[in-house]
Amino acid sequence: MSTAARAGDLPRLLRGLSFGAPADLAGHLEAYGPLPAPRELGARALIKLVEHSGLCGRGGAAFPTATKMRAVRAARGRPIVVANGCESEPISAKDALLLHELPHLVLDGAALAARAVGADEVIVAFEESNSTARRSLEHALAQRRAARSDAVRVELFVADERFLSGQETALVSQINGGPAKPTFTPPRPTDRGVRRRPTLIHNVETLAHLALIARHGAEWFRELGTADEPGSRLVTVAGAVSAPGVYEIESATSLRTLLSAAGGTSAELGGLLVGGYFGSWLPAAAIGQLDLSRGSLARHGAALGCGVLVALPASSCPVAETVRIAIYLATETAGQCGPCVHGTAAIARTLHGIAEGRAPRTAFADLERWTAELPGRGACHHPSGLVRFVSTALSTFAEQFDDHARHGPCHGCDGDPVLPFPAAALALA
Amino acid sequence: MQIRVNAIGCVGHGLCAELLPEWIRLDQWGYPIIKSDAIPAGLEAHARRAANACPTLALRLERG
Repeated sequence: MSTAARAGDLPRLLRGLSFGAPADLAGHLEAYGPLPAPRELGARALIKLVEHSGLCGRGGAAFPTATKMRAVRAARGRPIVVANGCESEPISAKDALLLHELPHLVLDGAALAARAVGADEVIVAFEESNSTARRSLEHALAQRRAARSDAVRVELFVADERFLSGQETALVSQINGGPAKPTFTPPRPTDRGVRRRPTLIHNVETLAHLALIARHGAEWFRELGTADEPGSRLVTVAGAVSAPGVYEIESATSLRTLLSAAGGTSAELGGLLVGGYFGSWLPAAAIGQLDLSRGSLARHGAALGCGVLVALPASSCPVAETVRIAIYLATETAGQCGPCVHGTAAIARTLHGIAEGRAPRTAFADLERWTAELPGRGACHHPSGLVRFVSTALSTFAEQFDDHARHGPCHGCDGDPVLPFPAAALALA
Repeated sequence: MQIRVNAIGCVGHGLCAELLPEWIRLDQWGYPIIKSDAIPAGLEAHARRAANACPTLALRLERG
């Protein structure tokens, strides 16, 4: 195991960005060093290593990576690995960055995941619009074939451009030729997924971490972060900061550290969105007290999820921002589960009524009932995610919602949206 | 034992809430809201009857 990379140094994953031509295999090996061969690091030792590292999934659910690997190993049948780069969260840019700039790191991780569970096939999935990922991966795969660096067959899969595309069971459904819609579990993909085989699905950032843990060890990984949340992670920062973009931070670091990594705030803030469109709104006053650990965020009813953080400037209207995204999410249901289809539509419609100052008198009581009843009642987390987004908006910006309900749109309502959304959603507004 | 609904399969017939009102009520669109706790032993037989009566077989009894 190489110890060339000094512990505690950041960046880790993004180290290769500064070495120029990162998609190049030679440059990749120069930046990160070689992977340990199977005889140096076999399947069992690799899973043990992942377990000791404490690595958890970076796609949003933070599920322990080693536990997933063990489930796939224990299932009957020849396993298959899926590298999930379907970053359908509109703000998140970390997976696209990895696929485009550091494809070899992701492919190293995918090959290691295959080694861990005894798979001979890997599918790398990304969204249709991500054509730069496709070119970069094809180029990287050609180089790897020439160098005979992989023992696995790697295929690319272009997924539908929908918000739920990257949801595990929806991705399996698409790869199997079905619609981009979640399926009921059980069976879980770890038992029966792609081609009815045990399927190990990891987010591409999780795989990139795996590529470094295999090289440098579990202790090295744990030199950053806390005992509960070790390592580094990629975060996408958007909104009123001087340098929006993807940053690699120490897990559980303070919010202030992250904001200053992004150049600091560029305006007075009205609030913060933590965890993307399934995430939570927090008051701007929380900045001083908040670190990005599970515990600290949970005390504010939040979680970092897929690693998206938005600084909402005070000049923007949080009501208008919330309504647009609620409408977008309501239009992005898979259309399968009654409670989600009806509940998300009713919530979005009522919020829109409030923003326009023409909501029925029962609007807030209705919202309270729906947001209490809806979580957990779909086949996937879509209704729960939308409810978290909406109910934290209602509590954080209670005054503004009340004001809109009474007087209609405010000055900030006409400003440019801070939270991006596909234009189709507005047709319904 | 817990009772769980396959929300994809459920189309809101509502029989379950009639057969097991102690544990299942319907939302305003007719879809079941089920208590998540373990079903008391005295209700297990009723829970089984409700699961068997579901026209889309969307109710599942799961060992907790």
